Amino acid sequence: MKEPRSITLVRHAVLLVFVAVSLYPVLNVVSISLRPGNRLRSTDLAIIPADWTVASYVQLFTEQPFLTWLWNSLVVSGLVTLTGVALASTAGYAFSRFRFIGRKATMLAILTTQMFPATMLLLPLYILIARLGLVNTWLGLMIFYTATALPFCVWQMKGFYDTIPPSLEEAARIDGCSRAGAFRHVVLPLATPGLVITALFSFMTAWSEYIVAAQVMQDEAMFTLPLGIKSFQASLSSQWGLYAAASILVSIPVVAVFLALSRYLVNGLTLGSVKE
Amino acid sequence: MASVTLRALEKRYPDGYHAVRGVSLDIADGEFLVLVGPSGCGKSTTLRMVAGLEEISGGTIRIGDRVVNDVAPGDRDIAMVFQNYALYPHLTVRENMAFGLTMRRMPRPEIDRRVAAAAESLSISHLLTRRPRELSGGQRQRVALGRAIVREPQVFLFDEPLSNLDAKLRVQMRAEIAALHRQLAATVIYVTHDQVEAMTLGQRIALMNHGVVQQVDAPLAIYHRPANRFVASFIGSPTMNFFSGTVSDNAFQVTSGGPRLPLNTAAMPAGPAVLGIRPEDFVASMQGDCVPFATVTLDMAEHLGHETLAHFTLPGGGPAIARLPGDAAAQVGHRVDLAVRRQALHVFAADEDGRRLN
Repeated sequence: MKEPRSITLVRHAVLLVFVAVSLYPVLNVVSISLRPGNRLRSTDLAIIPADWTVASYVQLFTEQPFLTWLWNSLVVSGLVTLTGVALASTAGYAFSRFRFIGRKATMLAILTTQMFPATMLLLPLYILIARLGLVNTWLGLMIFYTATALPFCVWQMKGFYDTIPPSLEEAARIDGCSRAGAFRHVVLPLATPGLVITALFSFMTAWSEYIVAAQVMQDEAMFTLPLGIKSFQASLSSQWGLYAAASILVSIPVVAVFLALSRYLVNGLTLGSVKE
Repeated sequence: MASVTLRALEKRYPDGYHAVRGVSLDIADGEFLVLVGPSGCGKSTTLRMVAGLEEISGGTIRIGDRVVNDVAPGDRDIAMVFQNYALYPHLTVRENMAFGLTMRRMPRPEIDRRVAAAAESLSISHLLTRRPRELSGGQRQRVALGRAIVREPQVFLFDEPLSNLDAKLRVQMRAEIAALHRQLAATVIYVTHDQVEAMTLGQRIALMNHGVVQQVDAPLAIYHRPANRFVASFIGSPTMNFFSGTVSDNAFQVTSGGPRLPLNTAAMPAGPAVLGIRPEDFVASMQGDCVPFATVTLDMAEHLGHETLAHFTLPGGGPAIARLPGDAAAQVGHRVDLAVRRQALHVFAADEDGRRLN
């Protein structure tokens, strides 16, 4: 049945509103980053101002420790992602496939940690990290981030493995694989979408986090990007041009990672393997 | 190829469930043995223990002259075909079939030769580059067979391989598996709950119930001389009719004034027993080797063309079925004089074991 024209129009109008709502802030930030000087507010409606300049971007790289912050963020986020994927993929597998004493209790305990908001854990975790002498270190931040991201990732991987029929591993073991070999050759390739989601989640947890980083990293040379960007904002004068330019640059790796990994986020990898 | 010997095999799960109880079987080199029984009887568990996928709680498993109790599945030199195919979905048909050989680091040309030969014999050569999801159920099962064949194992294990196929395909694949066995002369252990598969494929059948092997024998021997009431009721369709009664001097008296059938009771203790008669052993008119059974009123008549299933109830007994010729004019309410073949009377003990008495 063909839809009445009026409904099509309304539908598109609503969609356009959503597009505007989603894009306006981003375009606004782009616009601010291109303005000369330090103009947060402008009466100009043009997205690209007439007197546009990339001075803020140049300044980020030449006069500000932006590259150091970028490096810090990349190292921390990268390592958190690796640790998260390595631990969640193995722990999730154990919870999915093995029946051991305390399995349910452990899974619930892991879930319980998710009940407390990160802000509530801030103080105890800070004390912990301070006692371990890990303040101002990558490792301190990594432990914090991995600990917060891991529970979700373990559950998510467990759920994913549950959808992979155990008979595939049994077939692999009869075909000459050890348990670990079956995991590596059969289970992991099929768990790719789950691994990708785990990787994205771990990466995002670390990449855009501010509050915890503000406690652990106190030396400007150890700042991650969110901390660095926030440092452009001061009580008396804020460097909005730098702030905006840095915000745009920070979002680029995230978009890149999403685009690169999205092709693995496909359904139905196990389709056709078994008939239930 | 090799023989397989099971001795006092036990499986107990941590929750106390006793799945397999003292199973002992000798499967000869090149033999096709079918493990059959209702669901939960322990047949699949037994097979999985032979495969090494389940740990055994007691007993020994020998493949050839090697005890394999603690040998990893991959080192037992077996191949298994799963009920749900268990094809690797991320690999092509060729890679699926070659997987086990690749894992054993076989030279590439030899792998290619074996895969090509197996694919040829299963008529799936044109599917080698496809992935499992692009195949029909029957094609997937062929690939699963191919994956087993290329391994050239000592023993083939089949775990209900046809139960996910539709009826027509099942008949076709059954014939192919039988042909495959003749061609490879391989030792096969085949698990099924389908008595037709068991009867048509097996050189011998091991019938299991509650984790215990009830009888091991050739298909027709099991059909003609079931060792106990359970075996008698499991093999044959419609199932064997049972009538309680008493054994006394050269006759079986069906309870509550039912028929009295002459019988050689020399080897039987007098007293309560159960008489078993297969539906196909009833006849509607007296013949030479028959004894009169009873005149019954039909509760229902199912005309199937080649046969008519006549349902009746003996006074004081349960419902029973007689299989009459397709042209029998039997209708509901008709009275039919039933006779029974003299050689086809099975007498079982009335106790729970119900072992055969004659």
